[in-house]
Amino acid sequence: MSESVPGTNYINAVSGIKSWLTTLDHKRIGIMYLLFIAISFGLGGFFALALRLELLNPGQLIVSAKQYNQLFTLHGAVMVFLFIVPSIPASLGNFLLPIQLGAKDVAFPRLNLASLYLYVFGAAFCVYSMVSGAADTGWTFYTPYSSTTDTSVISMTLGAFILGFSSIFTGINFIVTVHKMRAPGMSWFKLPLFTWSLYATAIIQVLATPVLGITLLLLVVERLVGIGIFDPALGGDPVLFQHFFWFYSHPAVYIMILPAMGVMSELVTTFSKKNIFGYKMVAFSSIAIAVISFLVWGHHLYVSGQSDYADMIFSFLTYLVAIPSAVKVFNWIATLYNGEIELKAPFLYFIAFLFLFTIGGFTGIMLASLSLDVHLHDTYFVVAHFHYVMMGGTVMAFLGGIHYWWPKMFGKMYSEKAAVVAWFFIMAGFNMVFFTQFILGTKGMPRRYYSYLDQFQPLHAFSTVGTWVLTVGFLIMAFYLVESLLNGEPAGDNPWGSLGLEWTTQSPPITENFADTPHIIHGPYDYDKVKLS
Amino acid sequence: MQNKTITESLIASNGWMPKAASTFAPNIDGLFNFILYGSILLFVGILIVTALFIIKYRKRPGYSPPSGPHITHNTFLELAWTVPPLILTIFIFYWGFTGFLDMAVAPKNSLDISVTGKKWMWQFEYKNGTKTLGEIVVPVNTPVSLIMSSEDVIHSFYVPNFRIKRDVIPNRYTKQWFEATRTGTFQIFCTEYCGDGHSQMLGVIRVVSADDYEKWLANAGSADDGLPPEKLGEKLYTSKGCVACHSVDGTNKIGPTWKGLFGKTRAYAGGSTVADENYIKESIENPTAKVVTGYQPVMPSFKGLLNDKEIAGVIAYIKTLK
Repeated sequence: MSESVPGTNYINAVSGIKSWLTTLDHKRIGIMYLLFIAISFGLGGFFALALRLELLNPGQLIVSAKQYNQLFTLHGAVMVFLFIVPSIPASLGNFLLPIQLGAKDVAFPRLNLASLYLYVFGAAFCVYSMVSGAADTGWTFYTPYSSTTDTSVISMTLGAFILGFSSIFTGINFIVTVHKMRAPGMSWFKLPLFTWSLYATAIIQVLATPVLGITLLLLVVERLVGIGIFDPALGGDPVLFQHFFWFYSHPAVYIMILPAMGVMSELVTTFSKKNIFGYKMVAFSSIAIAVISFLVWGHHLYVSGQSDYADMIFSFLTYLVAIPSAVKVFNWIATLYNGEIELKAPFLYFIAFLFLFTIGGFTGIMLASLSLDVHLHDTYFVVAHFHYVMMGGTVMAFLGGIHYWWPKMFGKMYSEKAAVVAWFFIMAGFNMVFFTQFILGTKGMPRRYYSYLDQFQPLHAFSTVGTWVLTVGFLIMAFYLVESLLNGEPAGDNPWGSLGLEWTTQSPPITENFADTPHIIHGPYDYDKVKLS
Repeated sequence: MQNKTITESLIASNGWMPKAASTFAPNIDGLFNFILYGSILLFVGILIVTALFIIKYRKRPGYSPPSGPHITHNTFLELAWTVPPLILTIFIFYWGFTGFLDMAVAPKNSLDISVTGKKWMWQFEYKNGTKTLGEIVVPVNTPVSLIMSSEDVIHSFYVPNFRIKRDVIPNRYTKQWFEATRTGTFQIFCTEYCGDGHSQMLGVIRVVSADDYEKWLANAGSADDGLPPEKLGEKLYTSKGCVACHSVDGTNKIGPTWKGLFGKTRAYAGGSTVADENYIKESIENPTAKVVTGYQPVMPSFKGLLNDKEIAGVIAYIKTLK
């Protein structure tokens, strides 16, 4: 172990581009992931702005029908594969998981770096697809449309295939790290709930992602060699693709939301200075969600002509998976009871998640219902629902996590006032964009429509204006976060007074995370037993 | 831009859902309202409790939280927020499931109509051989069963007022039945993404009285007899779905506009020609023979879907669009 000179940390321990490109430090890898993920979010957001602008009026405004179809495909593919799947686990997870365990690094640092390189390599394929006749299949690549369109589907699917391996590498690494690298005294039930959620996520990543890889590869084989698998013109079955695709992509929804739930548990305890209500329930509900999530994929296929008995079973199991999610929400609220609540920026995002995710959950109850889903399926109602869950849930928790751990990652504090202003813009804009879409969907507006009936115009226009409000919020955030890196006040080691292990080391941490191996005596949320001076 | 709204408005209704027009709708709307109002109730409850906690327990001068061990477990509370929601969701599941079964099996005496989806039109065929494009006429208060298949990619047949939707899949038949409860003209959408013309893949269902239906079916195909050719062409422009891809006001859609088309020189890969009667007839019956530069060869053949008189009508109509 190198001597920790005061003022030395993982950022300035070694310098130069090469030291970053060849680093094995999980914190540096996490920060690089954070950068790429932020760029991807910007890119996906740009596509969203463009397609919403096109939808301001029926008929052509800025792009043709084909370009519009490419825009929503790229928006979906970039947001799902490049942004939201890796978002919390690869950036915050990479940075924090070993520190929360009291470890020096993840179990396989080289594999960790390889996952980052695979991510960039996969992203390069996606970018290549964008500039060489971007795919127009939707991010779901449904056959036989995807096996017959003349756009560059192969490079996009290969990109997603490679990104899948990046995700698997991260998952394997996290599972082994949690099992083998815990500091002395860190028993399973002293694990921070963020780590629990990453562990549950990693299980899904490792088990489900290969199925996506195989499916996309089969699609590529069909297009290149002409072997009939999904295309009925070649003797294949197009609905088989939907089963394969959702067998991955439904569990993937939980890859996206579970880490967000982990962040929520950290936020609520730190900012109410309370022990979490029902630690084991929250931890086990993550695992329960991970397991049941494998058995609900068929709820995407209620109107596809699959057997009515399959529909019945999938609907029933979907309701079962709703329960652990609801239990978590109730646990978080109960945690606030008798607390000492500080309304800081990260906690505002806790509130945003609670508000928006609950709406996403209730509308999920509607969609899971067999007869009602027949009307709502493939309308804007579905679009609104998954944006409330993915953006209202995962993105809000991600932003909360970034604001919470920002001082730990960079040692600098951002402007709290600017953060509050940005939060208001984001909340207002988000609800303008997407609540409107619940109304549109219920009225029958189908999704993925380039043009629409004139009667839908006012609602579409209102939704589009919402995207501009949302953009203002994100621009303010980008500004004050960059500003804090340049001129921010030093944050100190533990600005929030948290009991989490990551707050006991310096900010930013040294390369080895801790000067000495930490010995764990109390749990991460024992605010009733431990008093920080 | 979009074809003129001849269907009943989907927006104008008192509740969230479009005005109901099928026997399925009351049950589905009841379920929707049950979940909606139940959710609002619970949601407001959650918000009130959260807001109260945040106000009551916020950090402020003079406030210190109760000392002593934190409450981290309460069996009664945990059962209370797990078991009732579970029972409630099973009830909702059951409601949705039974409603779904009603929609799954068509009554034996239903009127069969076959539906073919293709990029980007809906084609219907009645048992007596009557074919229609983009428009389907059905009698009110009579079960109608649609036997559906696709000629290319997956489409989905959706009628919001009826609360019905079913994917239309190549190389396979899917079925959907309904019974309309009132007369009117209702919107059909395609709801499975199918390419450039997806949002133009529209249609209408005209629900008429049993007498009007019999009359319509008896006269279908001959009702246009009295029309002058250009009027017939104008009618076919909408009823046969040309409107989805060709404008008559000069704007470019998926296909070239018809405005000023007649007599113009058309360039295509490997040559050029003047758009005369023969060129237009060929473009209708064999559209990929001469695809105008800058457009995709995506138009389906209308051979057999339009008779000679109708083709002459379309040509006459195009001639009027100067």
